[in-house]
Amino acid sequence: MDWQAIWLTVKLASLVSAILLVVSLPLAHWITFSRRRWTFLVESVVSLPLVLPPTVLGFYLLLLMGTRSPAGRLWTEWTGHSLAFTFEGLVIASVLYSLPFAVQPVAAAFAQIDPTLREASAMLGASTFRTFLRIVLPLSIEGVVAGVVLSFAHTVGEFGVVLMVGGNLPGVTRTVSIAIYDQVQALHYGDANRTALALLAFSFVVLLGVYGLRRRPWAATPLA
Amino acid sequence: MRLVARLVKRLSPSFTVDLSLAADTGITILFGASGSGKTTVLRCLAGLTRPDTGRISVGDRVLFDGESGTSLRVSERRIGFVFQQLALFPHMTVAQNIGYGLDGLARDERRDRVTAVAESFRIAGLLDRRPNQVSGGERQRAALARALVTDPALLLLDEPLSALDYTIQLRIMDDLRRWNEARRIPVLYVTHSHREAFALGEHLIALEAGRIMAAGSPHEVLDSPAHAALASLAGFENLFEARVIARQERAGTMQCLLAGSTTEIEVPLGTADAGQTIHVAIRAGDILLATQEPVGISARNTWPATVVDFVMRGSMVVATLETDVRFIVHLTPGGAEALELRAGGRLWLIIKTYSCRVAVG
Repeated sequence: MDWQAIWLTVKLASLVSAILLVVSLPLAHWITFSRRRWTFLVESVVSLPLVLPPTVLGFYLLLLMGTRSPAGRLWTEWTGHSLAFTFEGLVIASVLYSLPFAVQPVAAAFAQIDPTLREASAMLGASTFRTFLRIVLPLSIEGVVAGVVLSFAHTVGEFGVVLMVGGNLPGVTRTVSIAIYDQVQALHYGDANRTALALLAFSFVVLLGVYGLRRRPWAATPLA
Repeated sequence: MRLVARLVKRLSPSFTVDLSLAADTGITILFGASGSGKTTVLRCLAGLTRPDTGRISVGDRVLFDGESGTSLRVSERRIGFVFQQLALFPHMTVAQNIGYGLDGLARDERRDRVTAVAESFRIAGLLDRRPNQVSGGERQRAALARALVTDPALLLLDEPLSALDYTIQLRIMDDLRRWNEARRIPVLYVTHSHREAFALGEHLIALEAGRIMAAGSPHEVLDSPAHAALASLAGFENLFEARVIARQERAGTMQCLLAGSTTEIEVPLGTADAGQTIHVAIRAGDILLATQEPVGISARNTWPATVVDFVMRGSMVVATLETDVRFIVHLTPGGAEALELRAGGRLWLIIKTYSCRVAVG
């Protein structure tokens, strides 16, 4: 078993789901409750990774991180090295790639809250932020947990984006899914099988947790 | 404290709420059919909906002024609002719900105030329960207590009691009145039920299509409704269009012909001229039935009629009778038995002149 790859994967997924939790709460709040007409535009952008092949996302991210793009140059000047093929680059790519898996369940949970509860909170003198903390968040905690768990699991399972942006550097960007690919390429089927089985068991347990928590009629995806 | 409001809010190309109203200390009923704009008025006052223009003030505080662009945030208006669905927070206990608006207070003071208001509304024993663990009436009491504990300058109630038993409604409103004797704030109570309006309000404002149609005491407005639309809302089960045939000034009556029929009816003298079309409203409970032609009777309107059908509704019999127009008549089961009420039977309809209310429009 490639313990280095497993540790790296867990580190990456934890970091990504933590960042996504922080990002998705205000983003989902805005998408769900804003009265602006162009929220659909943001929704579409957020959901793009659902339909794009990971290679497309990875390709553009690679271009963006390269020294030919202004953003890439800025990062290189600032830190002294390029984002591509680094752990930081991998984190950024994974956050973007798993964004819909965090935002959608949270936004769906927010949308299910009776709007009069938020109005009642405001009528009792509460600010939007206090209403969020005391009313919105407690009543949609299932969705938030689902969002965190799904973004964690989705990051663990990603392959294409990692390969494009991170490459295959042991201890830096070689995650479990890349390790399995390597093991198969090297014809180490026994190793590949053990790692794959571990990943399969992990994913199944995660989904058991998410669906068990929701206790609602079965849906094809636990997103909506 | 006095609420003064002028509001214009266009809801659709064909529907605009446009009115001025004032409410003093005590309970004012905002009365109208669904879709008449009652809830929009409440939401504009609360700040949940922004009026297109107008001005809202409570006492000397201006909450909204379309000209200067002033519009206080919902959370700064100091208005208590009880929603039709109550909107109690399901994940909090009754005590936490009531104390929600007392965020800035020290814990001891908050607890004292929650306990005090809970006692006033008779829910002190339920403070540790969740909203879904108490009865409907207790939920209404909790919602009222939550809205009032913050000492609002104005209380808005959006049909909060309509789902409840009538006697429970009365008891809750008694507690509200008692509570308000010390606070003396205006209470605006929205309803479309004439029974609630009669029982609860000291003052009534009738709304129709976004405008004020009539205002006064519930009896003034609803017992002699000035408009046909109001008459049906005010619980007049029989509402007819009629043409004035003749005015008998000395007798104080008018002779009218019910539209589309040959039935002539005598009604109290109104302002309508002969030839003009009016509406005649008659409560189903004000119509008498007899098995034989009445003689030696003061009532001026008596006709033979056929029983079309009748149904039991609670402890009341609702019968439909036809001359060449149809009348709805309410009677007791005992009365129905004495008349040997049956479909197809022949009976006499008797209606006093003063039971006929004249409305225009």
